[in-house]
Amino acid sequence: MEYKKPRNRVNMKEQAPLIRARNLLEVPLGYTPEEAMEEAGRCLNCARPACRTGCPVAIDIPAFIKLVHEGKFIEAAWKIKEENAMPAVCGRVCPQEIQCESHCILGKKGEPVAIGNLERFVADFEREADGLRIPEQPSHTGRKVAVIGSGPGGLSCSADLIKSGHQVTLFEALHKPGGVLIYGIPEFRLPKIIVEKEVDYIKKLGVEVIMNAVIGKMYTLDELINDHGYDACFIATGAGLPAFLGIPGENLNGIYSANEFLTRANLMKAYLFPEYDTPIKKGKRVAVFGGGNVAMDSARVALRLGAEKVYLVYRRSEAEMPARKAEIHHAHQEGIEFMFLTNPTRFIDDGKGNVCAVECIRMELGEPDASGRRRPVPLNGSEFRIEIDVGIPAIGTRSNPLLLSTIPDLRLNKRGYIIADHETGMTSKPGVFAGGDIVTGAATVILAMGAGRKVAKAINEYLKWKHWDTSGITV
Amino acid sequence: MFRIAKKKALSDAVILFEIEAKEIARKAKAGNFFVLKIHEQGERIPLTIADFDQERGTITAVFQKVGKTTHQLAMLNEGDSISDVIGPLGKNSHIENFGKVICVGGGVGIAPVYPIARALKEAGNTVISIIGARTRELIFWEDRMRIASDKLIVVTDDGSYGRKAVVTVPLDEFLREDTGIKRVIAIGPAIMMKFVCRTTEKYPVETIVSLNSIMVDATGMCGACRIEVGGETRFACVDGPEFDGQKVDFDLLMARQRMYLDEEKEAMECHRKKMGGN
Repeated sequence: MEYKKPRNRVNMKEQAPLIRARNLLEVPLGYTPEEAMEEAGRCLNCARPACRTGCPVAIDIPAFIKLVHEGKFIEAAWKIKEENAMPAVCGRVCPQEIQCESHCILGKKGEPVAIGNLERFVADFEREADGLRIPEQPSHTGRKVAVIGSGPGGLSCSADLIKSGHQVTLFEALHKPGGVLIYGIPEFRLPKIIVEKEVDYIKKLGVEVIMNAVIGKMYTLDELINDHGYDACFIATGAGLPAFLGIPGENLNGIYSANEFLTRANLMKAYLFPEYDTPIKKGKRVAVFGGGNVAMDSARVALRLGAEKVYLVYRRSEAEMPARKAEIHHAHQEGIEFMFLTNPTRFIDDGKGNVCAVECIRMELGEPDASGRRRPVPLNGSEFRIEIDVGIPAIGTRSNPLLLSTIPDLRLNKRGYIIADHETGMTSKPGVFAGGDIVTGAATVILAMGAGRKVAKAINEYLKWKHWDTSGITV
Repeated sequence: MFRIAKKKALSDAVILFEIEAKEIARKAKAGNFFVLKIHEQGERIPLTIADFDQERGTITAVFQKVGKTTHQLAMLNEGDSISDVIGPLGKNSHIENFGKVICVGGGVGIAPVYPIARALKEAGNTVISIIGARTRELIFWEDRMRIASDKLIVVTDDGSYGRKAVVTVPLDEFLREDTGIKRVIAIGPAIMMKFVCRTTEKYPVETIVSLNSIMVDATGMCGACRIEVGGETRFACVDGPEFDGQKVDFDLLMARQRMYLDEEKEAMECHRKKMGGN
């Protein structure tokens, strides 16, 4: 099918901003089959599809879109699943605008094909039509692999390894599998039922999932290898130690790390308190500090918990914000008040140990720093106060030493992350691979999934010959 | 699911559970704690591992009925199951032959101090123990503590059992009379630990306390349990739970423990109503 002029993108309908800001339902409502087919019809089916090069797991994008255009939605989902076990998740949380969609030829003159929306549509269609297909079980290789951490990296690696015929055990420290997909990303961006279904799919493939298993404490890595007969281990524990601002008053009641705030709300369902037992301070005036996706999520959760006013305080300007454009846009629409070029200097005590205000200082942009972004410099004398009852630093995470400190022969970099080969995930310890945030520092779901897939491939090779080559490791 | 192998009421308010958790029992050491979550809607609460039996594959928890979760927990019986049990967590107690040590357990804190006293005695220390509670009813494990100690003093606030005193009174006497005491380990309510530290600061003795702050994941991921030690923020779950008591900001710890008082009341109300009470 040829089109002389590319038609406009079929936008996905969304809940109205002021309504959705007070409920936990998903913001985009999804395509109808007709809308999906129409959008798929915009794809030019390029001979050398650039979109695919922008995908960290190299999904055959034109092939699945063609199937959508033909109305073969379930087949389209299966096509994606050849490369990606979790399309319903990735269709929602991948930054497509800087990945596949940024390479789409249509984007040169107009809007690129809505690849993310289409991925989401077919994954949802497959799930709702009960079309989940369990591929044939391969013959067993007799090899055992332990995957530590059930976030996106661990899940994708497990799915690939089980398809290769290895026995796979996935260990999760929390009481629910999914990692950041469960504790971090809020319901309105990624409904938890979708994560549960994706995990179910991986279990159906044959992966054994063991919850409440804190590796390093319950078993050491050496015990898994020597006593439990695992031939290889993949460490995919993420970067789970919250960074704080390091300013006075940060330990007052009402100050949460974004990790804690989101874990209480998402994993523990504190928004349903007292039906659920975990409490959360439902602030009336909330300030979130930071400019990434986690900051956006925290701000939007605070709003949904009933806050009257939510400030997003960021020390640089909007242009430097690392959050996805769509998330910033959604937050704006919902009434989050952005305070750019503003930095907190201290939290003020109400006299009873609770935060009652935050003192901030205005910033201006100076010369570019190491990250290439212009460095914010405080403007002396510009201090001012914002009254708040909840404050949420969302300024990133650090490496969690809980497991790593129990593996003396594993080499770490200066920041405490694991040193691993970029291509294979091989570490300084034979048989032990690592990938995702625990290697790179905090990044995205899809990058962790991509790392999980690369490592699965390397583990496959390793299990054939048990040859350990770490010449590719660079610090 | 984790089965409750044994339940025993140590008093009206204090309950002992032995929970089947083979993997945790295998690795548990004095000073460790674990996290439990009763059911799908439950919260995650940390409890100290008061004892462990590797052969039977059980860990012992002693808890006091205070809020909704502990009340609900107390309603479970032998043979019932708890949905999630996670551990062992936290750093091990530092055990070596120090010479002469004093172990102080206050209220429900008697339970966690017991395995430490036992381990210290096994390591060759002379162990003096002081256990105390508000009233006779709340004193438990006197027999166990006697076996784990060379000398045991029991005190109650109201004098209904043992000596009428708070734990710091005999503690101060021991420290004054015997300059050979090297270390004091104190576990109990924050306010008790604070006063233990006030008492010991006058003497050349190290004071170790085990902090019971509010936790969620208890693996270092959330920072709910943060406290200040020597002016620095530390996480009780992974950096502790034991710290040098002289450096702990107990007022901050107590303030943080009170963070959810209103919510705890509300949850308790709802629970009572559901149970048909008033």
